[in-house]
Amino acid sequence: MALIDTINPLLTTGWAKGDAGWSLKDYEARGGYKQLRRVLESKMTQDDLIAEVKKSVLRGRGGAGFPTGLKWSFMPKAAPEKYVVCNTDEGEPGTFKDRDLLRFDPHSTIEGMIIAGYAVGAKRGYNYIHGEIFEIYQRFEEALDQARAAGYLGNNILGSDFSFDLFAHHGWGAYICGEETGLLESIEGKKGQPRYKPPFPANFGLYGKPTTINNTETFAAIPFILGMGAEAYLNLGKPNNGGTKLFSVSGHVNRPGNYEVPMGTPFAKLLEMAGGMRGGRKLKAVIPGGSSAPVLPAEVMMDCTMDYDSIAKAGSMLGSGAVIVMDETVCMVKALERLSYFYYEESCGQCTPCREGSGWLYRVVHRIEHGQGRPEDLDLLNRVTDNMMGKTICALADAAAFPVRSFIKHFKSEFEYHIENKKCLVDPEIQRMGSGFFKAGAA
Amino acid sequence: MNTQNTLLCPELSAESLLKIDREVAKYPADQKQSAVMAALVIAQDEKGWLSKETIAAVAGYLGMPPIAAYEVASFYNMYDLHPVGKYKLTVCTNLPCALSGGVHAADYVKEKLGIDFNETTADGKFTLKEGECMGACGDAPVMLVNNKRMCSFMLPEQIDALLAECK
Ligand SMILES: Cc1cc2nc3c(=O)[nH]c(=O)nc-3n(C[C@H](O)[C@H](O)[C@H](O)COP(=O)(O)O)c2cc1C
Ligand code: SF4
Ligand code: FES
Repeated sequence: MALIDTINPLLTTGWAKGDAGWSLKDYEARGGYKQLRRVLESKMTQDDLIAEVKKSVLRGRGGAGFPTGLKWSFMPKAAPEKYVVCNTDEGEPGTFKDRDLLRFDPHSTIEGMIIAGYAVGAKRGYNYIHGEIFEIYQRFEEALDQARAAGYLGNNILGSDFSFDLFAHHGWGAYICGEETGLLESIEGKKGQPRYKPPFPANFGLYGKPTTINNTETFAAIPFILGMGAEAYLNLGKPNNGGTKLFSVSGHVNRPGNYEVPMGTPFAKLLEMAGGMRGGRKLKAVIPGGSSAPVLPAEVMMDCTMDYDSIAKAGSMLGSGAVIVMDETVCMVKALERLSYFYYEESCGQCTPCREGSGWLYRVVHRIEHGQGRPEDLDLLNRVTDNMMGKTICALADAAAFPVRSFIKHFKSEFEYHIENKKCLVDPEIQRMGSGFFKAGAA
Repeated sequence: MNTQNTLLCPELSAESLLKIDREVAKYPADQKQSAVMAALVIAQDEKGWLSKETIAAVAGYLGMPPIAAYEVASFYNMYDLHPVGKYKLTVCTNLPCALSGGVHAADYVKEKLGIDFNETTADGKFTLKEGECMGACGDAPVMLVNNKRMCSFMLPEQIDALLAECK
């Protein structure tokens, strides 16, 4: 099923027909490419366009929440060769919204990228799509062909003097390519190892040229913002948190899936839309913004609204909008062990604190989970994270540290129980039942 | 054109080279190396896996040093630098999937095939890999078949059907 529920369908308007509504004629029937046409025909200035995006308070949907209009304004005006790059690497565990955006409505991202190209004066763009969704990459290429054939891409778009072309580039299994400079290295045909910053991509990006890089959902929002007007878009959400947002809800809910709601929607409402807790079990914890965001206990989460400010105030991050829901059948030590393994596995190895630290974190959490933990291990874990955070080229080291610190902070007694009793606090049989893989009563 | 290409790179089929040419065309003329990721996938599809010789052939065709192509092939997880079975199954066991049975699905496949992660069945039919998040966590348990086909909601019944379908 394409879309299960929504409060304000905007990004998801095109999802209603599922896999049957993605092509160009469907998108045009929904009013698609009208905004591009309007921008070109009215000869809107770049400054006016960027001002409109600023006014909407659209904030980057890739994780950091950086204001999009401001980012676009950093692009040097005079440079002759510039690029627009879309980040569909989507490797942050828990996140699966960009896949569905490209699956059900690829043209909104394409239109958003063309408009961005116009705003920053770029003639070429790339969409980097992670390798695990090759079928979606192929569909995106088909959508590009449609757009090109209809004159939305290429030279003198719709008879204007603006030319822009767009291509798809696929990844092949490396989480670190989601980091924007790792992604640029990867498009250049290299290992996806992040670059030192500054210089930032706006000055030194793809092939060393000024580059604007945004998340898929950020680009996809652009045509809708222009369509309804920046102010109306902002008013859908709350001040400083404009518009609607896609949330990928996974884990122990009855209906995992993507939900589009206005920023500021109570978490409790989102949980209800997702069908509530699986089997009516009790909520234990939520990771509200992808696996890199600190975990929050149930009580704290139930008081949050889904927007950057509320989640930050509660001590976590809205991140990519991946809401990982865990019920009482989860052993928090085992859950953390899996996440720590991921960061250890995906560290690109350039920085010593990250390469060594992520391995250390994993080994210590692993030994606690496997009954070999020592009383001093929790302090040790915190100390290792102290030596990682803010000390590396990119934020992966921080992303590895946040789960460790927050799991220990909020679920300390469970870790202590593990170390003392050399086993899980949550009965293994209950854990096994929690996943829903085994039919009740089956072996 | 085709014959000329195959002379340049006899290791790969004319069809593969044509596909690589299409990738090269996406990038500025002086940035052929940008096509290396796609080219390695095309080569892997043709050969089943990437030997040092195949990687060097791709590098030569794109005019880049073999070591630069090898670095790429060894950095990204989905390139196979060793032979794999006819069907490579990659099961996502990351946390969001694990909450909905990802690890249990992997255990189930292991038991059915009698192999562990990174092993191939004796008949050369299946290789099992552990995967990281595939950006499809709402459809857990999730698996990839030969990198390009994603299978969703893989409970025991669906896994049985998939294994039976892999002839
Ligand atoms: C380790 C790491 C992984 C990231 N993965 C992604 C990703 O998969 N998708 C994404 O859009 N941004 C990701 N980001 C954030 C990007 O670096 C960048 O901030 C973002 O693409 C900018 O787009 P936005 O301003 O529209 O959010 C990641 C960052 C880090 C440090
Ligand atoms: S922090 Fe980690 S992932 Fe990021 S550049 Fe350094 S080693 Fe690589
Ligand atoms: S955790 Fe398995 S697809 Fe995301």
